[in-house]
Amino acid sequence: MGLTGWLRWGWRQLTSMRTALILLFLVALASVPGSIFPQRGQSPERVVQYLEEHKTLGPWLDRLSLFDVFAAPWFAAVYLLLFVSLAGCVLPRSWQLLQNLRSRPPSAPKRLGRLPQHAEFHSGETPERVLEQARETLRRRRFRTVADDGSLAAEKGYLHEAGNLVFHLALLALLFAVGLGALFGYRGNLLLTEGTGFSNSVAHYGEFHPGHLVDPDDLAPFQATMDDFEVEFVSSGAQTGQAREFHARMTYREKPGSAERSETVRVNHPLEVAGAKVYLLGHGYAPTFKVTDGAGHVVFDDAVQFLPLDSANLASEGVIKAPDAEPQQLGFQMMFWPTAAPTPDGSSVMSTFPGPLNPMVAVVGAFKGDLNMDSGDPQSVYELDAENLEMVKVERKAMAVGETLKLPDGAGEITFTGFKEYASMTVTYDPGRVPALVSASLAIAGLVVSLMTRRRRVWVRASAGEDGRTVVEVGGLTLGTPTVEFDDLLRELRAEEPEPEPAPASAGTIKE
Amino acid sequence: MVDTELADLSNNMLLGAVLLYVVAMLGYAADLAFTPRPAKARAKALAGAGAPVEEAADTAEDSAEPDVPRRDWGRFAVLITVFGGLLHAGGVVARGMSVSRWPWGNMYEFVVAICLAAVVGFLVLLVRSKARYLGAFVMLAVILGLGAATIWLYQAPGELVPALKSYWIAIHVSAAIIASGGFTVGFVATLLYLAKARHEEKASTGFLDRLPGSTTLDDLAYKATMFVFPIWTFSIIAGAIWADEAWGRYWGWDPKETWSFIVFAIYAGYLHARATAGWKGRKAAVVATIGYAALLFNLVGVNVFLEGMHSYADV
Repeated sequence: MGLTGWLRWGWRQLTSMRTALILLFLVALASVPGSIFPQRGQSPERVVQYLEEHKTLGPWLDRLSLFDVFAAPWFAAVYLLLFVSLAGCVLPRSWQLLQNLRSRPPSAPKRLGRLPQHAEFHSGETPERVLEQARETLRRRRFRTVADDGSLAAEKGYLHEAGNLVFHLALLALLFAVGLGALFGYRGNLLLTEGTGFSNSVAHYGEFHPGHLVDPDDLAPFQATMDDFEVEFVSSGAQTGQAREFHARMTYREKPGSAERSETVRVNHPLEVAGAKVYLLGHGYAPTFKVTDGAGHVVFDDAVQFLPLDSANLASEGVIKAPDAEPQQLGFQMMFWPTAAPTPDGSSVMSTFPGPLNPMVAVVGAFKGDLNMDSGDPQSVYELDAENLEMVKVERKAMAVGETLKLPDGAGEITFTGFKEYASMTVTYDPGRVPALVSASLAIAGLVVSLMTRRRRVWVRASAGEDGRTVVEVGGLTLGTPTVEFDDLLRELRAEEPEPEPAPASAGTIKE
Repeated sequence: MVDTELADLSNNMLLGAVLLYVVAMLGYAADLAFTPRPAKARAKALAGAGAPVEEAADTAEDSAEPDVPRRDWGRFAVLITVFGGLLHAGGVVARGMSVSRWPWGNMYEFVVAICLAAVVGFLVLLVRSKARYLGAFVMLAVILGLGAATIWLYQAPGELVPALKSYWIAIHVSAAIIASGGFTVGFVATLLYLAKARHEEKASTGFLDRLPGSTTLDDLAYKATMFVFPIWTFSIIAGAIWADEAWGRYWGWDPKETWSFIVFAIYAGYLHARATAGWKGRKAAVVATIGYAALLFNLVGVNVFLEGMHSYADV
């Protein structure tokens, strides 16, 4: 066996049903770790946490790509092999189906009695007449028929194979659609406070995940502003505090200068703009503060997005940075409770409801010194760099809207002026979305058609018998479980015979 | 928001349904026990013949035909099953009405609905394939399912989180329920097939004689699975469309998505294996059994053991 021989052998092995089945099971098996270990694509923060908790095992799992299973080379190897195997099987079969459609149904085999479905009866009509009538009957049942000398060949149910092939080809198309999204799609996450807006550029996203071939400087230039955000909570009963509905009222432009439109975005109801979609995923509070420095200048007057510590009742934390404060920069670590209430032991404050029934804040830590914002390193807006900061001792108390806390030694003061809400949003663009939907729909249509139809052949042979009557033989072959159609057909064929005789072989006998 | 009277009514109706199912199970068991055993030779011939389902089922039925009073156990059981099913359906509807929404918003409601789908699936096979012999086993599976749902998964009726408030719940979850119910019936037939095939191989005698030939059971399992496989596929696709509306991506390898894909792949393997030399028969049946195990894990295990975006379907 030369090289071509080996290649041919390899290709035959790869495209065999046995290999395809094993690859299919391997894909299923290979997905399992993706559901057990945290995945970077879904929850990167849990991967970090896992790596911290499993100092020895973690790095090994990481080396085996077990935190990126669905992007792992070994996973890609298995599914690509499967799809190559699938293509190698399905494409030649499509060609074969086309050939079949163009050629005639095969002629009657010599001995119809050997077919799985078979019957024989006598008729008073001439053989020619019997065959003619049989042809009519079969045609009425939408068989393709061809008359041979003394026999008739009929076939139908090509949709079985056609549906089967459509299903598999659609799966291949689905893979390409997914690939299209992975190459040209992107996703950006951001937190948007009421009254503020963003434009679709990388700078506005807290996180941005571009596809491999996305030019981040060339995103669709739409702009959107969130004018108002509303959330409604269940206020009584066992589900108290569960969100009932979120609404974000947004105005947007397809591109700078185009007409402004508005839309209410809800969960399950994204905003579609310029081919991208803007989704509302969650929400939080952005309390507003006014900070005055030691010189009496207002150095901060804005809303600050706080991150929820408690997802049920939205007790949240955040920081305020006032780099313009004189004589020293000021920083604050804050807590916010939408519905503040004392903890059961009375020592502290907690939130008892996610809606703003009794909004209060407290200064957890006040700092003065150098916020280290000029170092050039990117700094989180949710954390203070405490290295060059000095803690200022302040009174620990919960403040209601309008209350002010003065820093000692005339270093300044902070006022809780109110609060806004922010929405966590994600913007996605996926050019593979529609092709994927079309492929998936074709796949399911092909699957249903294929499973509902069966390819079957029927042959009728008529010849003059010894008693002068015509001997009619009928044979049937079905791919898959035989249907009752053969028996119905037989009944019809025999009904056209004016005085039916008892048949030698019982109708629709099933033989090996 | 919650009508507690209706919710209590739902609980009571479901309890009644379970009791009726227990009676029906005993009825089917009596039907099996008192049906004369078909001649061994006959069963053998059928097993080897590749007989179509209807044909073989007819034969099994025929053997019970002359014995009219004994046959009544089966009829009685079917009647009780229908009553149980109606009560069960009533319980599901009452639950939905008590909270003014589709009654499959949490694991408890989901499992209760799947059990109903399994009962309906069995009744369909009863009419179409005369598969009364499955009755006792399907009833057992349904009783266990409803019992587990009530004991471990019960949740007081309540409102849905915003992510679940979409008409897609009617499409995606309903398809998953129908498919899971059908897979359950197929699984019961598969287990019986495995037992019966072994029984025939050993040529032993016992209560398995009272079941139809292994080929009939295998065909029945295949039929049920083949019917619901596209529905399962549809459920996954509908879920993907919903995910695209709610979460901003149609596929994200969330554990529930991953496992529904695994279930799809294994059952696809089963459908292929059944038509492949060297795999058909017992090996294919083992594949289907693994598929059902994956389905159960996807149903319950994923919500209990793994963290994902489907976790609102709480336990």
